[in-house]
Amino acid sequence: MKGSKKVMGFFAGIFLVVVLVLTGCTSDDPVVADNGNNGDDTEETTNNTSSNGSEGSTLDTILDRGYVIVGGNNQLPGFGYLNSDGEYEGFDVDFGRTLAAALFDDPEAIEIRPLSAQERFTALQTGEVDVLIRNTTWTLDRDVALGTNFTPTTFYDGQGIMVRSDSGITNLEELEGARIGVETGTTTESNLADQFRKYGITYEQVLFDDSDSVVEAYESGSIDAWTTDKSGLVSRQATLADPDAHTILVESLSKEPLGPTVRHGDDNWFDVVKWVTLATIEAEELGINSSNYEDFLDSADPVIRRFMGLEGELGQMLGIDDEFAVRVIRHVGNYEEIYNRNLGPDTIFNLERGLNALYTEGGILYSPPFR
Amino acid sequence: MSKKIGVSTPFWRDNRIIPILFQFVFVSIVVALGWFLISNAIAGLNRLGINFGFHFLRRTASFNISEAMISYEPTDTYARAFLVGILSTIRIAVIGIILTTILGVFVGIARLSNNWLVKKLSGLYIEIFRNTPLLVQILIWYFAVILPLPQVQDSIRIGSFYFNNRGAAIPWFTAHEGTIIWIIIFVIGIVGAILMWKYQLTQQMKAGKRKYPFIWSIGTLFVFILLAFIVTQSGPANISTPELGTFNFSGGLRISPEFAAILIGLVMYTATYIAEIVRAGIQSVSKGQTEASKALGIKNSTMMRLVILPQAVRIIIPPVTSQYLNLTKNSSLAIAVGYQELVSVGGTAMNQSGHSVEIILIMIFVYSTISLTTSLFMNIFNKRSQIVER
Repeated sequence: MKGSKKVMGFFAGIFLVVVLVLTGCTSDDPVVADNGNNGDDTEETTNNTSSNGSEGSTLDTILDRGYVIVGGNNQLPGFGYLNSDGEYEGFDVDFGRTLAAALFDDPEAIEIRPLSAQERFTALQTGEVDVLIRNTTWTLDRDVALGTNFTPTTFYDGQGIMVRSDSGITNLEELEGARIGVETGTTTESNLADQFRKYGITYEQVLFDDSDSVVEAYESGSIDAWTTDKSGLVSRQATLADPDAHTILVESLSKEPLGPTVRHGDDNWFDVVKWVTLATIEAEELGINSSNYEDFLDSADPVIRRFMGLEGELGQMLGIDDEFAVRVIRHVGNYEEIYNRNLGPDTIFNLERGLNALYTEGGILYSPPFR
Repeated sequence: MSKKIGVSTPFWRDNRIIPILFQFVFVSIVVALGWFLISNAIAGLNRLGINFGFHFLRRTASFNISEAMISYEPTDTYARAFLVGILSTIRIAVIGIILTTILGVFVGIARLSNNWLVKKLSGLYIEIFRNTPLLVQILIWYFAVILPLPQVQDSIRIGSFYFNNRGAAIPWFTAHEGTIIWIIIFVIGIVGAILMWKYQLTQQMKAGKRKYPFIWSIGTLFVFILLAFIVTQSGPANISTPELGTFNFSGGLRISPEFAAILIGLVMYTATYIAEIVRAGIQSVSKGQTEASKALGIKNSTMMRLVILPQAVRIIIPPVTSQYLNLTKNSSLAIAVGYQELVSVGGTAMNQSGHSVEIILIMIFVYSTISLTTSLFMNIFNKRSQIVER
């Protein structure tokens, strides 16, 4: 016993020291658990050799590697999922492909790493992925505290709630006392708490770490409702056993601007992702798509000529090829094509454009000028 | 004299220096490695512009936690959210350890039974549950056993016990004004019963004939219970039975499917290990002990209780402690079936606040504390059960 007491004391001592060391660090003395890729990252940031002298580390790494690594979703039909051929498909995936097209003139020069909602920011922060395109909501907290930068929103969404039609529930108040399923690690979790707090409704939250589990619990009837972004609800509804037996409540719980996210601290790569994404919107506004883009190559309009890389050197400023916009349009298409291919009227989702239409057509999609 | 030898022996062959040198080198490597990891981490955090600190604990959590054991609102702080998570972890650990011990000991003894069926059944149970991954078992319990149960409206009903895919609703006690008095009298009754048992036992040893200490002590307790009835004019507590509401049962005790799944999963899995430990402990008691007891004409149950188990317990305790610790730590798998304990709350907090490192440190701290406390109690118990050498 004496021996075991000593051992206990020894461990308690070590433990105490570790705790003291770690808690002793104040906010200006940060500490983090080791994240595998740090070594590489510091190396990257030190040899920043871009044509225009800005920090081109991520871009250089990608160009050297020959393909883009995108953090994506594999459980959200319409946005990111594995199709029956074992290939990634969806709205978010296509935006990943626009990057591959712009950089390598090849939409297949891409590797998708499926991430859970909870893993995604760590994967981005540690450099495991170059860009996160995984229906990720832009919030101040994430933009600042998580060390990430959000590029323009590709999809304006709002959080909704799905219930069984035969439950007769039509608004939030009627969910008093209900069991509601949520996926952990998402803004949905706190939006739900916020809204129900506002109305003073009590509910029982059931929290899962992936959306498949939420849907399974919902289909079995163990939970009365489940919540996520409305686009996600629509996409999931289409895959339920009996889609007509479920209703999505009209009320929206929140604003959910979804878009690509990059690491904080590499402005050049941030710019590249930003402008490649905007190129799809600009292309739609200019009426350029994958089937008619060749007609514009001899256009006299200076706006179009600059956009297509026929004049000026917009691409070079970003450190990529001048005709990046043409490559994006040729391989992936403009915003409208991407939207219609994945979510539009010809798909099982048949989602209205709504806010996601161009500003000229009643939506809020608006690209700053390419000049 | 020793100095002379010291001069003639080179230091790398000096028996007094070498061990110290090796320890020094070892410590240096450990410190260097630790330094590298920490500075690397600091550099990483700095680069991302993330601040380290525990101030966030005072901010409003603004997320909900189900099955909180203490009152909790989304307006409470992160610190309180963590407390809720910690209590849920402790809840599952305590209930799990109690049930696991009961089931494990039972199965362990059953495996040594002379009854062929009992022996084989317990063997089969152990082999199946011990040799499949815990996470898979928990998922099976939740998705394949509990969720396919009927809806609330068509609950399986056994008396006032209801089972459905929202868990179970069972009658439970609710306190009334007399409950406190009841508890007090009952506790006095138990103490009285123990004293009576000890007294009669000494009398029995003195007199050398049977005094029935057990019957005496039960009788004492019974008298106190009768007294409690007379004083309070009521039972110990009201019994509330579950009734069906809009979405679920109200009244009685509700056991959520998430809690049930993780609890059943942990208990069924860990009990197999306890059972094997118990079996090993019993078999390690030398055969001579059994033979000697039989020679004295002690019947089987008495032999197990007074001769075999007390000796087996000494061997059993240390490995059982480590199984208790495993159970506690494995409770973090609850996130797979949506039961919110420490890791689940921590995961949400990490995502909302971005303070992953601090939160992971909190988790390490809490789990270590729970484990070290468990070890401490088990060590005390272990000491008491060791052979007292005279």
